[in-house]
Amino acid sequence: MSSLDFIALLPILTLAGFALFAMLQIAFFRRLDIAAVMCGGGCVAALGGVFAASSVAPRTITSLLIIDGYGLFYAGLIVLATAIVTTLSYGYVVKQNAEQEECEEYFVLLLLAGLGAVVLTAAGHFVSFFLGLELMSVSLYGLIGYFRIRRRPIEAAVKYLILSAASSAFLLFGMALMYFQTGTMEFVRLGTAMTTAAGGDRMFVTGMAMTLVAFGFKLAVAPFHMWTPDVYEGAPAPVTAFIATASKGAIFALLLRYFTQVNSGHDPALWWIFSMIAVVSMFTGNLLALLQQNVKRILAYSSIAHLGYLLVAFLAAGPLAVEAVTFYLVAYFVTTLGAFGVVSILTKPAEGSDASDADHLEDYRGLFWTRPWLSASLTLMLLSLAGIPLTVGFLGKFYIIAAGVHASLWLLVIVLMLNSVIGLFYYLRMIVVMAATTSTQGTFLPRHATGPDEWAAVFSLTVLTLLLIGIGIYPDTLIRLIQTLALS
Amino acid sequence: MLIWLILIPLLAGPLAWLSERRGAHWPRFISIGALALDLALTLGMWSRYQESSAVSPQPWISSLMMPWIPRWGISIHLGMDGISLLLIALSGLLGIMAVLTSWAEIRDRVGFFHLNVLWVLAGVIGVFLALDLFLFFVFWEVMLVPMYFLISIWGHEHRVYAATKFFLFTQGGSLLLLIAILALVLFHAEQTAVLTFDYEDLLATRLDPVVAMWLMLGFFAAFAVKLPVVPFHTWLPDAHTEAPTGGSVLLAGLLLKTGAYGLLRFTIPLFPEASQSFAPIAFALAVIGILYGAVLAFAQYDLKRLVAYSSISHLGFVLLGLYAWNGLALRGAVMQMLAHGISTGALFMLAGALQERFHTRDIQQLGGLWATVPKMAAIALFFAIASLGLPGLGNFVGEFLVLAGSYQVSIISTVLATLGLVAAAVYSLALMQRTFYGPVEAPHQGRSSGLSGHVPDLSRSALAMFGVMIALQVWLGLYPQPVLMMAGASIERLQALTAASAIVLKR
Repeated sequence: MSSLDFIALLPILTLAGFALFAMLQIAFFRRLDIAAVMCGGGCVAALGGVFAASSVAPRTITSLLIIDGYGLFYAGLIVLATAIVTTLSYGYVVKQNAEQEECEEYFVLLLLAGLGAVVLTAAGHFVSFFLGLELMSVSLYGLIGYFRIRRRPIEAAVKYLILSAASSAFLLFGMALMYFQTGTMEFVRLGTAMTTAAGGDRMFVTGMAMTLVAFGFKLAVAPFHMWTPDVYEGAPAPVTAFIATASKGAIFALLLRYFTQVNSGHDPALWWIFSMIAVVSMFTGNLLALLQQNVKRILAYSSIAHLGYLLVAFLAAGPLAVEAVTFYLVAYFVTTLGAFGVVSILTKPAEGSDASDADHLEDYRGLFWTRPWLSASLTLMLLSLAGIPLTVGFLGKFYIIAAGVHASLWLLVIVLMLNSVIGLFYYLRMIVVMAATTSTQGTFLPRHATGPDEWAAVFSLTVLTLLLIGIGIYPDTLIRLIQTLALS
Repeated sequence: MLIWLILIPLLAGPLAWLSERRGAHWPRFISIGALALDLALTLGMWSRYQESSAVSPQPWISSLMMPWIPRWGISIHLGMDGISLLLIALSGLLGIMAVLTSWAEIRDRVGFFHLNVLWVLAGVIGVFLALDLFLFFVFWEVMLVPMYFLISIWGHEHRVYAATKFFLFTQGGSLLLLIAILALVLFHAEQTAVLTFDYEDLLATRLDPVVAMWLMLGFFAAFAVKLPVVPFHTWLPDAHTEAPTGGSVLLAGLLLKTGAYGLLRFTIPLFPEASQSFAPIAFALAVIGILYGAVLAFAQYDLKRLVAYSSISHLGFVLLGLYAWNGLALRGAVMQMLAHGISTGALFMLAGALQERFHTRDIQQLGGLWATVPKMAAIALFFAIASLGLPGLGNFVGEFLVLAGSYQVSIISTVLATLGLVAAAVYSLALMQRTFYGPVEAPHQGRSSGLSGHVPDLSRSALAMFGVMIALQVWLGLYPQPVLMMAGASIERLQALTAASAIVLKR
């Protein structure tokens, strides 16, 4: 390995280094704020690493990792998302830690989960794929159930653990079948094997389908979505934000790379499976979201639908599709992080084992009049999820429809349109609740002040809100960044 | 210059919101100031245009072009012609009226109310100015959200239901529009290798007739929901009824006009052949709208619902005029949009004033009000008569021109539409009869005497407000020439765009 290879690996090395260092530091003396700064600092340093790596990209390091503009763009996105989750987490952990337990490891786990996600964006081989995936998942088990004396997080963690392990088993079996047939684990070589005789082989197709199941689980698209609402609801709000954004974003980035390199979209059967998944996800997510009374569950179902929208762009294929997916993911990251950011700031200090986040719709009644800035921010996030212009979410939807129309996927585009209207209904319902002038209990829930520990979270939320409007009004900078990096 | 027409209300909005802390009147003054400035700018452009147009006629009174999202060929392209100018002037006027009429009605969260009013107006003015399809779509959507808040926060009993229905209907149409816009742009890009959303470039797109028909329907759907054309109208009575008075004025006076404007500016010029073959269906829909709206208006007991249904009927004439696509009918349609904006706006303001005094909009509970509130009754009589199309007032000019124009295209539609005028007389007079004449109804008497003993008539400032609108109606009715001239040049230009395949009738 040359020194240039090390520069290319900088994002991964930095994250790993900081995680290791934080672990050692905790062993000697414990301080929550130092651990949090270590986690946030690691992310910022890794972002620097991404810039450094982009100067030497593209490079293939051993056969495991591909460092190119596309992967680095996503790595940067994930690192930023992790940094924002760190700021949200700090205030949240301080608030929730009524028992004065030791919480420093939370941040180590977060850093490791981020590392796993970054490895996924660079994976070009089954081994790195699996390593990254497990690194991320195992850290997430810990994070979801971190507040272990409470009922809900534990339930969510066990659910995630079991289903995630099952999907990993599918993935491994699928990989084994494909390896058996082709004798290689590299995506590129699998692609060439696909075009030759082995491609049509039943064993190979079965393996492909089994990896698809694993992707489906991690992306939480229907019919693999059952875990989503429970895990979203049970996990601490910042962790939910991580699952919804960084984890899914990394998997989607990998999905795009995997299927363009291995399959190149020629297989009609696979294409049909994906379109069915897209359609079913959109309808399932939106229709079930209509029935929810819990904000985190609404957001969970809405994320199922949003992944369905993303699949429409994915199916469109071609450079426009990659651009559309990337843009949409950026929009989705900003918006989802913001929405969960509001939830975690609103969450009141916990009492007892039955405590939950501020996630009931009733918690939000009249919020517009008690905490105008916070609810204005959440309103913008919801409008962005609904795809109303001047928010980044609209441009994302615009991109997806453009990609769909360009590829003449009329049916999928019409389904998407119908679903946007259904989706709008529950976003509006939340906005109405926030703008309500009267409450069922006569008075609004009392507000609790934002403590000094939450300034970092408030700062992040401000940045996200400004990004949401800023990119929504002037997307050109981001589009050019995507074109130079992600499409190189 | 043009961008300021949009920016003034857009920036005044947050200012009005923040100024609430200094006192409840501040947002009102700021809103009126901003809108008056907009109106003054527009009228200034009008007078300057009249001087200059004699020398050299240009396609746009004023236009503006700056790049926005070069990746997609999207630019901030604004252009004002006669039609836009008239509609923007109407927006300024009705905006001021909406603020004035909410003066006493809105006491709660005044700042946020005016923020929404100003942003609706910014969106509406943007719609009337945008010449880039993407920009148009952005404004088209942007006016929805504040309107949604106006209805859902300050509305009447079923406000959330009405606001949500309004938003969902419009959004459904809008997304079809977005898909159609994108398809049109991408087809254009395939032909010319130029990716652009610019209206003037896209006019030259040559489309396969089948494709053109589908895209035309996509455009038509969005505008038909807004106009509204009959099968898509069900949001309208709810939204108009539940909205606060100021919101109803904006909805009926302006938002409906954006649908008509979209058809006039985009649907028909972009897809002339498809529109021509669609015209018979549009005529049928227009006639159905005219008659259906009128019949349902007659059946209503809720004052605001009655006016809402009468809007459906009146806008049927606009649709008829647009698809007749000849000089007379189009001038009539523009005239009808202006006159309807003023007369319906005034009727909603009156309904609001009645509700404020008698706490009901139910016609059955009202009666013989002439004795109690004579000034209000007289004004109501004026606008009821204007709305039924009495010669000498604006609505008559509009409806007459539409019918005269459409007669050349489709006699049967015209004959049927004329029946709408008769029906308009029936429901307008019935409204007057039931509410202001006849025996004094017991419930309102008990109610009013229970409260204060006597009900105040319109205040002097309200009289001044209605006075302005009466004067405008009379002006439009007696001397429509300046307005027709103003719209005429633009209409001829639009007709020239479609001249190759103009929807001229071959009888």
